[in-house]
Parts: sequence; structure tokens; C-alpha cells
Amino acid sequence: MDTFGLLAQGFLVALEPMNLLYALIGVTLGTAVGVLPGIGPALTVALLLPVTYKLDPAGSLIMFAGIYYGGMYGGSTTSILLNTPGESASIVTALEGNKMARKGRGGPALATAAIGSFVAGLIATFGLALIAPFIVKFALSFGPAEYFALMVLAFMTVSAAFGESSLRGLTALFLGLALGLIGIDLQTGQARLAFGIPDLLDGIEVTTLAVALFAIGETLTVAASRSSGDERIEPVKGSVWMSREDWSRSWKPWLRGTAIGFPIGAMPAGGAEIGTFLSYSVEKQLARKPEEFGHGAIEGVAGPEAANNASAAGTLVPLLTLGLPTTATAAIMLAGFQQFGLQPGPLLFANNSSLVWGLIASLLVANFMLLVLNLPLIGLWVRLLSIPRHWLYAGILVFATLGTIGANPSVFELGMLLAFGILGYLLRQFGYPIAPVVVGLILGPLAEQQLRRALAISQGDLTVLVHSPISIVLLTLAAAAVIVPLVMRARGRGKVLSQLAADED
Amino acid sequence: MTENNTSGTKRRPDRAAFVIAAVLAIIAGVIAWNTANMGGAGSYSRLGPTAFPYAIAAALFVLAVWTVFAALRHDFPEREPQQFGPVIWIVGGLAAQMLLLKFVGFSIATGLLFAATARGFGRGPLWMTIPIGIVLSFVVWFIFSKGLQLSLPAGPLERFILG
Repeated sequence: MDTFGLLAQGFLVALEPMNLLYALIGVTLGTAVGVLPGIGPALTVALLLPVTYKLDPAGSLIMFAGIYYGGMYGGSTTSILLNTPGESASIVTALEGNKMARKGRGGPALATAAIGSFVAGLIATFGLALIAPFIVKFALSFGPAEYFALMVLAFMTVSAAFGESSLRGLTALFLGLALGLIGIDLQTGQARLAFGIPDLLDGIEVTTLAVALFAIGETLTVAASRSSGDERIEPVKGSVWMSREDWSRSWKPWLRGTAIGFPIGAMPAGGAEIGTFLSYSVEKQLARKPEEFGHGAIEGVAGPEAANNASAAGTLVPLLTLGLPTTATAAIMLAGFQQFGLQPGPLLFANNSSLVWGLIASLLVANFMLLVLNLPLIGLWVRLLSIPRHWLYAGILVFATLGTIGANPSVFELGMLLAFGILGYLLRQFGYPIAPVVVGLILGPLAEQQLRRALAISQGDLTVLVHSPISIVLLTLAAAAVIVPLVMRARGRGKVLSQLAADED
Repeated sequence: MTENNTSGTKRRPDRAAFVIAAVLAIIAGVIAWNTANMGGAGSYSRLGPTAFPYAIAAALFVLAVWTVFAALRHDFPEREPQQFGPVIWIVGGLAAQMLLLKFVGFSIATGLLFAATARGFGRGPLWMTIPIGIVLSFVVWFIFSKGLQLSLPAGPLERFILG
């Protein structure tokens, strides 16, 4: 069956009344949580994962898709109205968006962000549907050696390539890999690093780690820093509708942002941030009124917001087709799949095609719902921004522990949550990125499995890892991802890289 | 890499960074030691369950050494002064919830966490925030355990209200 036939079949799944309801609940919750200051998409997805525990796989993943897209929309509202973006992918939006809001043009800024996100989400989701079958076909020829090389590349781009410091990125990654060792070795059944504690035999739950590092770590960081309480919410004055001029200045940046964001998200090269920065600088150069940049240029909101959402859809390409999470958000989504025993990758497309295509179709449905939910109802979401910090973070911790208690109400699991929460606080304190820890935990065991499978086939011959041109290219790219930034920083060009920091929380 | 910090001012060595390096080295040591003592039957394939742990331990050790050099060069970002009072309140709230959950049920234990967190952010008094937290947690408990069938531990309060 061709792509459109499969997609049409997906719509039949997505448009079932129950699934529409799940999608609606997902986008509503996603937007509501995503709007809250300090909560980015990764934490939104991690916090809301328990809501989906008891649903059937299709319903749960559809709700999940809604949460993911909703979190992206909500995040942009926060950064426009409250100059403290919870996620670095929204920093650029805050740059111009907050300036617009201060000039009383918050309405059009929110509108161009929402419509731009819609346009980008629509095009990028179709892009996902179009290229996924090709990558799946390609990936079916991958052996364990190629998968291993692919994972090494993902490790290196997530940890070392961007951000302030290769050392701290790699350290965070290897902490995650070390945590991934804990538990029973899948191939031999031997317990590793369990120290005789039965609770550790199953390994460390990705959601426990992610919620602890993001939610508890963030809460402790905010509580402990003195410089707090100087935030100002910009009221939305006037109409949220855009003028003719706004439209004519916005539509090209939307399309350009999508064209930049989607390929970057789709490559195994880390987060949405890079696309938004690139889009911003492109728009600044092409703008008819470049002098407006820095003082609230609508192009500077439209382009990056579109790039942000396009690359969010783009990260689903490696996640769904290869089972490769390239951001913390994607890693948590992978955990969401695994709770149903589903392993994303080419085989999922073959064995469970109605589920995958239902998911892709429901992303399109969620995108429409979000447009409706965000434009007329924006006033409602804005009110969430004015929740006082003490209630906000108290509530965040209630929900953070709720997920762990719901999954496994043991003192030991909550103890791990607390310990990782303190770890998250310390990591932030010393400038270590969080995402590589989560990606390392979930991808480490998968990489080990592929490596051992490859060597079992070759009977221990290590050269199998560089036998195919694909693996050679991937491993070379991985090496470059570590070496190039080191050289750049040594030559004093590190600033460029730290601006592209992949830190989503 | 440039040997001197561009700021030019001589600061004392970053002691916290040395502690991090030591912790990384200790983790590397624990992984290596645990792997060496894993026992079990010898592996039949060339790459058994011990290879990956050894590789990660080695990498962590290299990162520990690298961290020492970074500390000597003052490569770590400046840290803001920290207030530890709020951290203790929040950690205390989490610990209280963890220890009391089995005995007093979800609503009361989580209500205490809620109040302690609010206190960490400077919001009191506890005689007001604890009841607010308990009521809120009960609502959450009701929605999630009755509506979504999540198994959240019930305590005296939940049993009393639902009869």
C-alpha cells in the first residue's frame, strides 16, 4: 500500500470517537502543563506519562502525541508573555516575542506563533509520513553494526557536539550509560551493579530518572537561587488577530522556518534549538526592516516558532523509524512505547502499521485541535501563567511523585526519585546538561545489545563494526561531533556552540 | 587550549570540581570492582556482560582526569550563591512523603510534601498549607485512582471518606 493509503487508514484509527477524545485530552493537558513557566516539553511529557498508563496502546500513544504537540504550543506562549523560556528552543521566540508583548503587540505575536506552529506542524507531519517509509526500507537493511554506529552518533551529538563544554556533556552521557548498566543483563541473565537489591534487578525506570532530574532538580534549583521574583507577565492587549501586514510578513518565515527545522530535527543530531537559531539569523538577514530586530520584529517570532515545531515533528522520524531518540523528550516517548512492549523501529511499521499510521494521523488531528484551542482560548492559558510560584512548584512535585507512586509505590522507588532529584540539582548547579543522562540511560542498553549482537555474528571480530560504508560514515560523523567542537572551543569559537546548547527542561 | 583564563585574575582552585572528579573516579572504581566480582559462569561469547561495564568505567575514569584539568583551568561556570533552607524543606517534604506513604495514605503524605514545598518557596503558615495540600492531594487521588485506575495507596483518610 502506498503512503497515502496507509495514512488514510491511519485517519480511520485517529478519527474514532474515543481516540478523538484521547487526542483532545492530550492536547489540553499538554498545553496546560506546557504553559506553566519552567516546564518544557520534556518535563510535560514525563509528568503526563502516568495519565496514559491504563489506556490501550493506540489510545495512549494518541494522547501522548497530543501532549507532545500541546507542550510545544504552550511553551511558546510562556516565552512570549513571560521572558523566562522554560526550554532553550523557545529562547529565540522570547527574544522578539517578549519585545512585541511589551509594545502591546502580544496578541499578534501569539497568533503568528500559533499559526506558524500549525503550518509547520502540518507540513512537517506530512514530511514525516512521506519520508518514514523510505527510511524504514533503508533501515531494514541495517545490521547490528550499523545500528550500533547510529547510536554512537546519537550519543556524541546529544552530549558533545553542542552546549558549553564537551567534558560536561560527555560526563552527563556516561553517567546515564552507567545507570543503564544497572539490572539484569538481557543476554546472560546476570545481575550487574544491583548490589543484591531486588528492586534494582529491573533496572532504573526512565520516567523516574527523567521526572526526578527535570522536575525535582528544577524545583530545587529555582528554590535555592536567590535571584527570583523579578518576572513580569505581559498582559495581552488588544486583538489577538494579525493585521494584513502581519500576515504578509509572517507567511514566508513560517515556510522557511519549516524548511530549516524539519531536516535538522530529522537528523540524528540533537534538539530543536539549532533550527530556531538558524531560522532567526536567516530571517534577520532577509528582513525588509532589519532595524526592527531586537525591538519586536514579527518575523523573528514566526520563523523560529515554525522551525521549533517542524523539528519537533522531525525528531519523530528517527524515533519512529529507527527507534533512536535524539532528545530527552524523544527518550521519554520511547519509554512510553516500551511500557506497552512496543519497540519503535522499522519492524513496528511492518508489524503494527495501523498503530504507527494512527499515531501519525492523530498528530495532524492534534495540530488542528491546537490551533482552535490556542487562538480563541488564549486568555485562559495566559491565566495559568499567573499562578504564584509556591503553589506552582508544590503542584509540580505532587504530580512528579504521583507518576512514580502510580507505577511502583515503594519506598525504594521514591528514594531513587529523591536521590536523582538531588543529582539533577547538582548537575544544574555545575553546568552539566540533563538530556544526555536520560538519553544515555535509555539508549545505552540498546547500544550494548546491538554491539554484542554484531560481535556474536562476527565471532568476536571487531572489524565488523567498520565493514559497511554506512557504519564508517556514521562513526566518522560521530568522531567529528566530538573533535570539531573541541577544536572550535580551543580557537575561541566556543560561544557559537554554547548558543546552540541543547538543554531542554 | 589556552592555558590562562582570559579574565586574568588568579582564583583559588575550584574545590567543588575536584570533588566531582573524585566522585567520577569512585563511580568508575565501583563499576570496575563490581564487574570484576560478578562471578557467574564465564562468558561463551567474546564480548560478555562485562565488556560494556569495563568500557564505561574506563571512560568515567578518563572523564575524571579531564575534570581535574578543567578544574585547574577554571573551566567551570560561576555559581550563584545558594540558599540551602528551601532545599532542606523540599528534600524533607519528599523524604516525609516517602516514609509516610504506606502508613497514612497518598493524600496525607502528599499533602505534607505540598506544604513543605510551598514553605520552601516562602509560603506558609503550615497550619494552612497542610490542609490545602491534603484536600488537593485527595482530589488528585480520587481522579487518578478512581478515574484512571492508577494504584495509589489509600490510607485512613481515603477509607474514611469513601466509607
